[in-house]
Amino acid sequence: MLEKALRGSKGYYVWVGLLLAGIAVGVAAYANQLMNGLTLTGMSRDVSWGLYISQFVFLVGVAASGVMVAIPYYLHHFKTYGKIVVIGEFMAVAAVLTAVLFVVVDLGQPMRVLNVILFPTPNSMLFWDMCVLSSYLIVNLVIGWTVLGAEKKGFPPPRWTHVLSIVAIPLAVGIHTVTAFLFAGLAGREYWLTAIMAARFLSSAFAAGPALLIILCLVLRRSLAFNVPERAIDSLAKTVCYAMIANVFFYLLEVFTAFYSNMPGHKAPIEYLFFGLDGHAQLVPLMWLAVVLAAVGILLLLVPKWRRSHKTLVPALVAVFFACLIDKGLGLVLGGFVPNSFEQVVEYVPNPNELLVILGVYCIGALALTVLCKVAAGVRAENGDAATSETAAVEDSAARPDAADGAREEVPAA
Amino acid sequence: MPVMRRRDFLIAGAVLGAAGLGLGGCSSYGGSAQESAGGEAGRHWGFVVDVEAFREKADLDAICEACHSAHNVPRIDNPKEEIKWIWGEPFEETFAEYANEHMGESLRDASVPVMCNHCEEPPCVRVCPTRATFKRADGIVEMDYHRCIGCRFCMAACPYGARSLNFSDPVDYLETVNSEYPVRTRGVIEKCMMCADRIDKGLMPLCAEASNGTILFGDLNDPDSEVSRALEESFAVRRRASLGTGPSVYYIVKGGEQRA
Amino acid sequence: MHKGGRIIAFAAVFCLVVLSPFIVNLANAAPAPEASLDTPTINALSQKECVADAAYMRDNHMQMLDEWRNDVVRAGSREYESASGQVYEKSLDGTCLECHSNREEFCDSCHDYAGVQPYCWECHDTAES
Repeated sequence: MLEKALRGSKGYYVWVGLLLAGIAVGVAAYANQLMNGLTLTGMSRDVSWGLYISQFVFLVGVAASGVMVAIPYYLHHFKTYGKIVVIGEFMAVAAVLTAVLFVVVDLGQPMRVLNVILFPTPNSMLFWDMCVLSSYLIVNLVIGWTVLGAEKKGFPPPRWTHVLSIVAIPLAVGIHTVTAFLFAGLAGREYWLTAIMAARFLSSAFAAGPALLIILCLVLRRSLAFNVPERAIDSLAKTVCYAMIANVFFYLLEVFTAFYSNMPGHKAPIEYLFFGLDGHAQLVPLMWLAVVLAAVGILLLLVPKWRRSHKTLVPALVAVFFACLIDKGLGLVLGGFVPNSFEQVVEYVPNPNELLVILGVYCIGALALTVLCKVAAGVRAENGDAATSETAAVEDSAARPDAADGAREEVPAA
Repeated sequence: MPVMRRRDFLIAGAVLGAAGLGLGGCSSYGGSAQESAGGEAGRHWGFVVDVEAFREKADLDAICEACHSAHNVPRIDNPKEEIKWIWGEPFEETFAEYANEHMGESLRDASVPVMCNHCEEPPCVRVCPTRATFKRADGIVEMDYHRCIGCRFCMAACPYGARSLNFSDPVDYLETVNSEYPVRTRGVIEKCMMCADRIDKGLMPLCAEASNGTILFGDLNDPDSEVSRALEESFAVRRRASLGTGPSVYYIVKGGEQRA
Repeated sequence: MHKGGRIIAFAAVFCLVVLSPFIVNLANAAPAPEASLDTPTINALSQKECVADAAYMRDNHMQMLDEWRNDVVRAGSREYESASGQVYEKSLDGTCLECHSNREEFCDSCHDYAGVQPYCWECHDTAES
């Protein structure tokens, strides 16, 4: 099936070329970091995790796209998701892959990463995170690939994929919970020391993951004539809306606990993030931007008329996605280090080299996602299940021959 | 231009190969419960620091210098990437829970020596994914620099800011190297090791030796040790003991006792 | 097989790339080095004996160093008794390099020949390098 990713329109080749260029830049920047050490990042002895771990934490959340379509489809037989369940799984694969890569680039001694397996340490949450993340990655890839392979041959998928899909559900809850436990169990870091950390991780994941999944489905419908039922999009949008409301609610619970109890250690990180502390206010504009984005996103998703129109749905999803990125990525990780053990505020400014590495890692994830989606779209097109002209606004003329090229394997690319 | 060295390339290949083969065999040092058997069981080494003896910065500088030069701790000017095993911090920032606006000059001016607290329940050991940091039978929290992967989970977990990462190659920041003690490589964590190698040879940690009695060292489990007697006589506090870490470094606050 | 020519050409290029290290080394073959034992400490020894016999050390010194390292750091075991009953401190700097003070001739010459670059010297014996 992988051969479907080797042929495409001109636009597809340009896109893949751009990703490969981004990867090359990222690899060069990472080689630079390997040779010179983490001094090429903005991290410090006070803020010892930075943008790498922020992206990791956020992308683990994005991987929820898989389970949010898998639960309705496999457990409740919600057939509307039948067309997109494979895209949800493939997006989860790409998200977890990217998340894990961010952990690897964050290591000071990446050559020794296998020590985590050679010396398994059950008391470390990082060990369990490695277990659930790798399991979730493999399970989703195996399910998606097998189901798609069966679809290509016109057979129903083997029964074990159904069983595996149900196994994937607790694993999906596991990746968010265990990633939350990386933070929630640390005495002395009051911003992270909260019992609802795992609940916050789940709610923000269930908002950001499906939000990106809808956008991805719309892009696939446009560029590869992938058939996505309008009802599936509306159902997913409702999921995003409820999850985002829960996410904001959980955050407000944190604010209440910190400020009504008036405990300095609990108040300080929130004050730093929203008002600045000791003259350090670098993240204040971003956090308020997240507040505005969350409010706008929820409002647009709540009103059925706006949710059903793509003109307002897409901005709403983008708003929710970036609100989660700022809150769970930047705010959570960076805010947790303020103040340091000596009541001082040290700020984190990313290094340009670090940003290039991040670009490269995202390009690797995007390439994996592109290839997987291209295969899925290719199989569907071969089976004659392209989007109808009514639902798929195929304006990109290049996409037309591409959608049909599965049927014309032997025609050499022009 | 940075060039990937051949060794790094080979190791990267080996790691990928091993990852492909699966888990492989675990080291004999991996699963053994006895692995942190280093140090004499039954002992609990600790420090007792006389806070008010450190009113002049110079009092502490000599001690830090003794430690840092013997252990090849590099002198890095950038405060964000500093490596510190023992250093001074103002009383009100070290003991935010106890500091108040009415406290006397002897406390206000003190530059409190801070270091790894060698906790009884060390959070760094709890979170380390490779057991690169571990607690010995005599209470010393040690580092295995060869095993550390540089994930910095321990830095996030330590409530005392006692851990430093080698952000770059430390050799570049060393004017002289003490050939009796190894230096570290970039990308690993380091911290005060309570001079475990000296303790094993029956010697005192260097800071206690250089302090002229302002930093006492001894076995907290032994009621006749110097530290136990000092704690019996005077009121002492520990940094953030409410977190349940059980620090092994005590700070005597005589002024505090008189006013109490 | 309408693309057979291209497949064969790419397979040949692939083999050439994969075999390139061997081809390069064939051209630059050097004679095996002789590890020098000529140091003041070894010359002063009445009985020239290492912690284990030379053949064993040649094959297994890396494993032994790794075991010593783990013993000292993780188990607090600092003493090693050789087959002859002699007790040594388990220390690269204090025991091995005490006798073999000629690192360049003893360690590096062989490591260079074998194409290995152990990372010992990043932290140990750095004053030398």
